[in-house]
This record gives sequence, C-alpha cells and structure tokens, in this order.
Amino acid sequence: MEALKQELKSKIIEVLNLEDIAVEDINDNDALFGDGLGLDSIDALELIVLLDKDYGIKLTDPKEGKSIFVSIETMANYIAANRTK
Amino acid sequence: MEANKYISQYCVIENNSVAINGEPQFALENGSFSEFAKAAYKHFGIDYPKFFKMDNLSKLAFLTSEIILKEVVNPAEENDIALVFANQSSSLDTDAKYQSSIADETAYFPSPSVFVYTLPNICIGEICIKHKLQSENAFFVFGEFNAAFMSNYANLLLETNKAEKVLCGWVEYYNEKFKAVVYLVEKQGKLEHNEQTVNTLYTK
Repeated sequence: MEALKQELKSKIIEVLNLEDIAVEDINDNDALFGDGLGLDSIDALELIVLLDKDYGIKLTDPKEGKSIFVSIETMANYIAANRTK
Repeated sequence: MEANKYISQYCVIENNSVAINGEPQFALENGSFSEFAKAAYKHFGIDYPKFFKMDNLSKLAFLTSEIILKEVVNPAEENDIALVFANQSSSLDTDAKYQSSIADETAYFPSPSVFVYTLPNICIGEICIKHKLQSENAFFVFGEFNAAFMSNYANLLLETNKAEKVLCGWVEYYNEKFKAVVYLVEKQGKLEHNEQTVNTLYTK
C-alpha cells in the first residue's frame, strides 16, 4: 500500500503538472481539492482518466470521485480494492 | 475628431528572448519552448501555478501579457481593459496533440486538460481569469499579421467607449516555432497608435 501511495503522488504531480511540488510535499491525508493541493474540476476529470488508464477502473458516475479523491489515502484504498490492472 | 491613441507599452517574445518596449530583458540560449517559458516565468517573478497547466499557446500569450499587465492592472478595482488577439495557426498545435491521444482505439484516453485548450481564444480567457477582466475580448485567425485590422478594431473599442484600454496581441505558436507581440493601447503613451507603428512593432 505504501508503494501505491508513493506511485500515486508521483503520477499526480506528473499528470497534473504540479510545478514546484515534490512527492515528499504531499501527505497521505492532505486534501487534494480546496485548501490542500488546490486541484480544480479539470484536474478531477484527469484523475478519472488516470484511474482508467493506469488501473483499469472506469468510473461511470463522476460524482463517485468526490469520495474517492479526498486524499492520497482514500485514492489508494479505492484503487487497491478495485483495480483490474 | 477623435483624440489620438497611443501605445503605452509593448512586449515581444521570439527566438527564446523577451524584449520590453524595445529593450532586451531576458533570453535563454537553446532549450525548448517549455524550458524557455519556465525560465522566463521565474525571471519575471510571476507567481501563478496554473501557468504550468496551460498549453504552449496560452503560456506564450500569458507570459507576454503578464509582463505588461502586472504593471498596469490594479487588483483592488475593476480594470476596463479589452483584449484583441490574433494569430495564424489558431490552436492547431494543441489540436494535433489532442488528436494523437484519441487516434488509437485500443488506447483511447482523451485528456480533459488538453481538450480545454483546443480553441485559440482560451489563451485570452487565461489572461482574463488572472486579472478578473470582464471586458470585451476577441480572438481572430488571419493568414498573416494584419496591422490594419488590429489598429482599427482597437480604435473602435476606444472610440465607442467599450474599454478604457485595449491589450492587443499577435500570439503565434506551432510546433516549437513562436512569436508574440503584445501592446497596450490607451489615451497616453509614447508611441502613436496607428497601422504603421503596429507594423513596426511586429517587424523590427
């Protein structure tokens, strides 16, 4: 699980072009949206693509993302339980 | 007779270099556009993380405009600055990138963050968002730089009181080739605003 969290942090930084943010700057329970990393709605869509592309998880209802993308911790838990690749 | 209009400031970016009002201010020898844009962003002390999410056309338009607007815009009040931009290649560079991401049916992962930049006027939207500008704006696509149209359009906006100032720009980017000429037209300034002067900014 720890490796998955590190991998997620690295992918999020790369995919979302988070300049000047390093893996070690993101805590597992930091909020991804709002006051945390400050991601926006387009970033949320990009995270849905990331789940599909890298972990074979298709979210049919984008509203599901609200509970999945709370933090790295919640993302990693969801991926570990639902990944198909 | 309408009062004269002037170009108060102008910024030109080409060949990995930045000149403000004709004076060279920054250059990066060698390097891709992305490397140049990042270096210029840091050099001019811009602090706007969303810059790094923009496509290359928007980065070019944003940088060239920001260098002018950071000295002009008062964030404490509404700024009546219209934007009139144009280029030759529209958003073709990003359109092609997006198309390549959906060309393979077995690896079909369209990127939302690339898709949002598949229109050229998005670049002026980025500038308006940064400075909360709610004034007139328009983006035109021409076969070549059109000084007559740009100067007429800016004059019309000022003479009909649609804006107090007009930020005009030619922002061309395609396949690592780029050139941006952005200038501010208003009632005061050093250079008289007319077709000849605008042409001079573009060609010199």
